[in-house]
Amino acid sequence: MTTILHLTWRSLVNRRATASLVVVAIALSVALLLGIERLRHDVRGSFARTISGTDLVVGARSSPIELLLYSVFRIGNPTSNMSWKGYQAVAGHRDVAWIVPVSLGDTHRGFRVMGTTADYFVHFKYGRRQPLGFAEGKPFAEVFDAVIGAEVARALGYRLGQAIVVSHGAGEVNFMDHADKPYTIVGILKRTGTPVDHTVHISLEGYEAMHVDWKGGAPIPGFSIPPDQVKKFDLTPKQVTAAFVGLKSRVAVFRVQRFVNEYLAEPLLAVLPGATLQEMWRVIGLGEQALLLVSGMVVLVGLAGMVAVVLAGLSARRRELAILRALGARPAQIFLLLAAESTLLTVFGLALGSLLVVVAIVAGGPLVETRFGILLGLGLGLPTPAEWRLVGAVLLAGFLASLLPGYNAYRRSLADGMMVRM
Amino acid sequence: MPVASLENLRFAWDGSAAPLLDVPAFAIANSERVFLYGPSGSGKTTLLSLICGVLLPTAGGVRLLDRDLAAMSGPARDRHRGDHVGYIFQQFNLMPYLTVVENVMLAARFSAARRRRIAAAGGEPRAEAMRLLGRLDLPGDILDRAVTDLSVGQQQRVAIARALIGGPELVIADEPTSALDEERRAAFLDLLLGECAAAGAAVLFVSHDRRLAERFDRRVALADINRAASDRPQ
Repeated sequence: MTTILHLTWRSLVNRRATASLVVVAIALSVALLLGIERLRHDVRGSFARTISGTDLVVGARSSPIELLLYSVFRIGNPTSNMSWKGYQAVAGHRDVAWIVPVSLGDTHRGFRVMGTTADYFVHFKYGRRQPLGFAEGKPFAEVFDAVIGAEVARALGYRLGQAIVVSHGAGEVNFMDHADKPYTIVGILKRTGTPVDHTVHISLEGYEAMHVDWKGGAPIPGFSIPPDQVKKFDLTPKQVTAAFVGLKSRVAVFRVQRFVNEYLAEPLLAVLPGATLQEMWRVIGLGEQALLLVSGMVVLVGLAGMVAVVLAGLSARRRELAILRALGARPAQIFLLLAAESTLLTVFGLALGSLLVVVAIVAGGPLVETRFGILLGLGLGLPTPAEWRLVGAVLLAGFLASLLPGYNAYRRSLADGMMVRM
Repeated sequence: MPVASLENLRFAWDGSAAPLLDVPAFAIANSERVFLYGPSGSGKTTLLSLICGVLLPTAGGVRLLDRDLAAMSGPARDRHRGDHVGYIFQQFNLMPYLTVVENVMLAARFSAARRRRIAAAGGEPRAEAMRLLGRLDLPGDILDRAVTDLSVGQQQRVAIARALIGGPELVIADEPTSALDEERRAAFLDLLLGECAAAGAAVLFVSHDRRLAERFDRRVALADINRAASDRPQ
């Protein structure tokens, strides 16, 4: 047994150029498979930990997934807002314990600007009901105060007391700045690994103040109100984008949801964040399955390539097999010699592929986090059960594939005898 | 007791009605040097495969070291061959990815009996391999090199060392000189016969070249022992 495995190893080392190519091909296919699985897992995990402790998300009527995406994950833009009246109606419901309004639509150098109330820092929770914490400073108190997420602070190098200007619209490049009304950074939040890190928080009044001299999405020509004057205006918002709602008792969740959805004065929508996420995964799940299937196919192609290489090499190795038979090797050992070769190649491919995924996560993780707000490698070093299953499946497929060259060699060694047919 | 004996052996390849071999009796005595000749394709290599138990006869029996090969299990037969037979091929005798010494030691790795005999003589496989290679006039600096660096003549000498390590009772050589030029052929034969005599091993040497025959104790034409031979003298 050890003699045969030793020979397999020496033979592979001897053909290391071909063998490494096979290993690299398998490794790339395995990296693709495991990478997709890891991405799928981490995206889900990342999304799931973004919001916690919020019973309902309320907004203007659209699709539930859309509402959740723009209000919680800052993906896409709201198509319409809910009125302040509607907001107050929800806030006044007897089952509502707390409600936090949010207004979205403006950006600061590519980061979303969100108008909200100081209650947001009290009630909004992420992960396992973790509250937002302040790394520095405190919540906003004045109209032109701003609290920035950890990634905003890191990426732009902001410190407390610095003044920032907000742009109108959600694009990376904006032509219209609210340059006349700068905000002062009064707080920097601790890193959460959620979209909060990528958000500039200002008060709802501040959000309103920014737009007092605007109308229909553009500044009113020849009409500008300096910051020290805006406080004289009524800064009560006319509308908000959405609201996060906490209930006194979770039992009331469907009652309040029905209340919102049947609100007559305007079309509103209330969604349960968890249930809506599940619905989204069901939709995305099909695509994920297709991706996994395709990458699984790529692994099979890699293994087929390996079998082809090993079988092609076998013709040149018939003499080797005859020598081993002459030395007393059993046909079973000849089988093992070839089967071990393919299995070993698969194992190396798996190891290298897994390493590639880890390297990709370590190297590319920060980039993905900054660009997409998705935390990769939540449990780096600890493969998930799904990943173990995939690794096991590849190993099994590699082992099954190895039976083919093994059996082929076995048959030949029986048929050839001491004849060395070349 | 002969080292190997054939009795009423018949062999036909699968699907072929006419037997290739039909040998009523053939035996090799202890330490005997037998020269077996016959034209190519007359079934020489098949006969050797039967003697060392890689193929089994269609009828009749082969005894190797007084054991009936057909009565043994496959693995036991393979072990028996590894323990008692050294085999030298026409050429390309060596595993291309092992060094010279490793190739010689490989025979001992596959056979516990050979290892025991080496140990009983107070040696160990690597030292024994080196000793044999030294006797076969292979320069010390090539021993740990890849076998692909060797000339054909050197490779055939390494094959002798591998056949002889651990003292098997029978050495079978299947046209081992056909890849060598005339001068080296004689030198190779000297070494092979000398070493086998020193080790006390019987030799079954197969060739179509009868010029080599005079050095052997006994010369046998395959056609004379094989009733199935088409060119058999009437």
